[in-house]
Amino acid sequence: MAMDLNILWFILVGALFTGYAMLDGFDLGVGTLYLFAKKDEDRRIFLNAIGPVWDGNEVWLVTGGGALFAAFPAVYATVFSGFYLAFMTLLAALIFRAVAIEFRGKESWRWWRTMWDIGFSLGSLISGFLIGITMGNVLQGIPLDARGEYIGGFFALLNPYALILGVTTVALFAMHGSIYLVMKTEGDLQQRVRRWVNRIIAVFLACYVTLNIATFFYAPHLWEIVRERPWILVVFVINMLIVLNIPRENHKGNELRTFFSSCAAMGTLMLLFGLTVFPNMLRSMPHPEYSLTIYNAASTPKTHFIMLIVALLGVPMILTYTACIYYIFRGKVKLNSQSY
Amino acid sequence: MNVEILSRVQFAFTIMFHYIYPPMSIGLGVILVIMEGMWLKTGNIRYHNMARYWTRVFGLTFALGVATGIVMEFEFGTNWATYSRFVGDVFGSALAAEGIFAFFLESGFLAILLFGWNRVGPKLHFFSTIMVCLGAHFSAVWIVAANSWMQTPAGFSIEYDGKIMPPDFVPAGDQILHARAVIHDFWAMVINHSTLDRLTHVLVGAWQTGAFLVISISAFYLLRGRHREFATSSLKVGLVVAAIASLLQLASGAKSADGVTRNQPAKLAAMEGIFKTQSYAPMGIVGWVDVKNQTVRGLKIPGMLSMLVGRSPSTVVKGLDAFPREDWPSVQPVFQCYHLMIGIGMALIGIAWFGIFLWWRGRLFDLTSPMVRLYYGVLVLSVLGPQIANQVGWMTAEIGRQPWIVYGIMRTTQGLSAVVTANQVLASLIMFTVIYALLFAVFIYLLTRKIQKGPDEEEGGEAMPASWAAVIARRRKQASY
Repeated sequence: MAMDLNILWFILVGALFTGYAMLDGFDLGVGTLYLFAKKDEDRRIFLNAIGPVWDGNEVWLVTGGGALFAAFPAVYATVFSGFYLAFMTLLAALIFRAVAIEFRGKESWRWWRTMWDIGFSLGSLISGFLIGITMGNVLQGIPLDARGEYIGGFFALLNPYALILGVTTVALFAMHGSIYLVMKTEGDLQQRVRRWVNRIIAVFLACYVTLNIATFFYAPHLWEIVRERPWILVVFVINMLIVLNIPRENHKGNELRTFFSSCAAMGTLMLLFGLTVFPNMLRSMPHPEYSLTIYNAASTPKTHFIMLIVALLGVPMILTYTACIYYIFRGKVKLNSQSY
Repeated sequence: MNVEILSRVQFAFTIMFHYIYPPMSIGLGVILVIMEGMWLKTGNIRYHNMARYWTRVFGLTFALGVATGIVMEFEFGTNWATYSRFVGDVFGSALAAEGIFAFFLESGFLAILLFGWNRVGPKLHFFSTIMVCLGAHFSAVWIVAANSWMQTPAGFSIEYDGKIMPPDFVPAGDQILHARAVIHDFWAMVINHSTLDRLTHVLVGAWQTGAFLVISISAFYLLRGRHREFATSSLKVGLVVAAIASLLQLASGAKSADGVTRNQPAKLAAMEGIFKTQSYAPMGIVGWVDVKNQTVRGLKIPGMLSMLVGRSPSTVVKGLDAFPREDWPSVQPVFQCYHLMIGIGMALIGIAWFGIFLWWRGRLFDLTSPMVRLYYGVLVLSVLGPQIANQVGWMTAEIGRQPWIVYGIMRTTQGLSAVVTANQVLASLIMFTVIYALLFAVFIYLLTRKIQKGPDEEEGGEAMPASWAAVIARRRKQASY
């Protein structure tokens, strides 16, 4: 198949959301684990580990949403209006996550800090969960009408398969966050976080296996696709090897390599996601003929081309200064008067 | 209540609350660049302390801007799905460009601006401040371009059932479901007839917002006799920016109104409450629109509107009677918002230039004079001026665009999400009301706390890294030659 702009934008939108998962994923993971740190100082170290970078990371979501809007408006419109209550809850969660980081340290009253601590942690947890729920529904297929509108209602979103993917996503982010925290902490706190990493990897692996089994029962069409495209299994095996490499690197105490393995695991998971849904973006169930694909949901080639130029100009710059900023803020967290 | 009203109320509420913060970030961004530039140029520690203090205020406004901004990008899809499908090919690219060119720049370098004081050298820090400021301005560029396209759509054609339609085709009713706007000229879309005027108006309004925030807090310190040196210098910077920006805003406002006359005549008629097409059209100063009798009672300058529109009092100005009734915006709110904006704009010019006058006469900092103290009282309150003007200015633009969501092409009623019910919108509206009330209360509380705490005094703050201390040493050495 020739590479057309629709395929290219399918990849680019996917890449933006993958970037979001790899980057904000550890922020949300840190938030999910946050309440397990009991001491105020430890919590501050957690917050400041993500402090300088979290809002840059969230921009990946904003830009991914914008790119989806521009490249595949029908998908953007159907998902955002169809999953209305879920997305409104996601917004509330993201708002609390964001402001809690800024507000928490401004007063030292116990109730004040506890309030924002809960806001931060629940906000992060719910964000990850709802992102997983969304992915689960997209993978499994959702009821669409002839116009491509979602007709399932809110509670249909909370089906078993989506719930399993929601929990898996929370576990994945928590694992990613704990691995990130190992890089940013030292001493006694780091030892504790290291012990968490092992447990969370076990939880994630359990979720991962459950998810793959559940796919047999709840989304059998995915296995049919795999049968049509057997090379997906190669990616699948690579993904499993990468996932298994995480505990291995962690055991060896290779902080950076553990983190990059975790990023690669997310990347290959998203790749699997993309390879199985392609060329659909929203698979309609039970009427596959109403599915929104990268062709019938797309903008014009002209817009795809303009956006490609925008991306070619912008993305190298973004990657350059994002890398610089991570480099400047590398190393262990040291609290000072500017910290949260 | 129906889903259209609720969706409009929710969008208005969330965008108005969001718009408290970005103008502060844009305006404070400019002021931070000035202050930090002065610190690097003079090596005077006072400017360093000023930049650091205002950076903390900036951090607070920025966090709220980010948290409330993501809502906006979701809401096009959640509440206005039909609109999103119709305009995605045109409007979506501006939003994506905003993310790629503006938000990444802004939030990336923000890390250095907020947390980099002890990590990077002064030059790289200054560079980051400039980048954050630029990023904030770029985001205004793209979002105003997108909004301006809704006001004065250009650079596109309408495709109906897969075929490009002639330019006068307007999809009526459910035809919209099979129609979409497709781009044919990107730059004509981005720089449409109103983009540049409106962008200038928005940016200058943001500079005023930042400047008057600085002025207000500085005046408060001076009235209380606190942080004198810091507040004096901050007030001077704020006043200079405010004085320039307020005059620019007058020019930009006139230019914008000129554009509305040409591009959106029904909006202009509503802004001035002109019901009948007429020559010698008056311009209102204050007034009340009697919608039933189709007249405006109040203070007017006869012939002035005709004069402004056509440089001659006999120019004919189109009244609302030139448009079908169903194409009228609500006259009263548009008229009142517009006139309130103008009134505040004029007052801000007066306030800023009176300060410059006092400064010139050497009396600005004579706090023994009751007149100067009274003036400072006005300055403390002046922070509200640009905020209110920003809000009512946008209300003029957006209510004045009604009943269209894309002017002359698509009606607001046609843009709703088909699958979202009134109860769902009501639930989310209640949610936003509760969350935003909490955020606003906390924001005001924390801002007040920051103001009460004040800047770090002189050099007694924390130990400066060597590269920063070198700036002071270098300037001292130069001064001693």
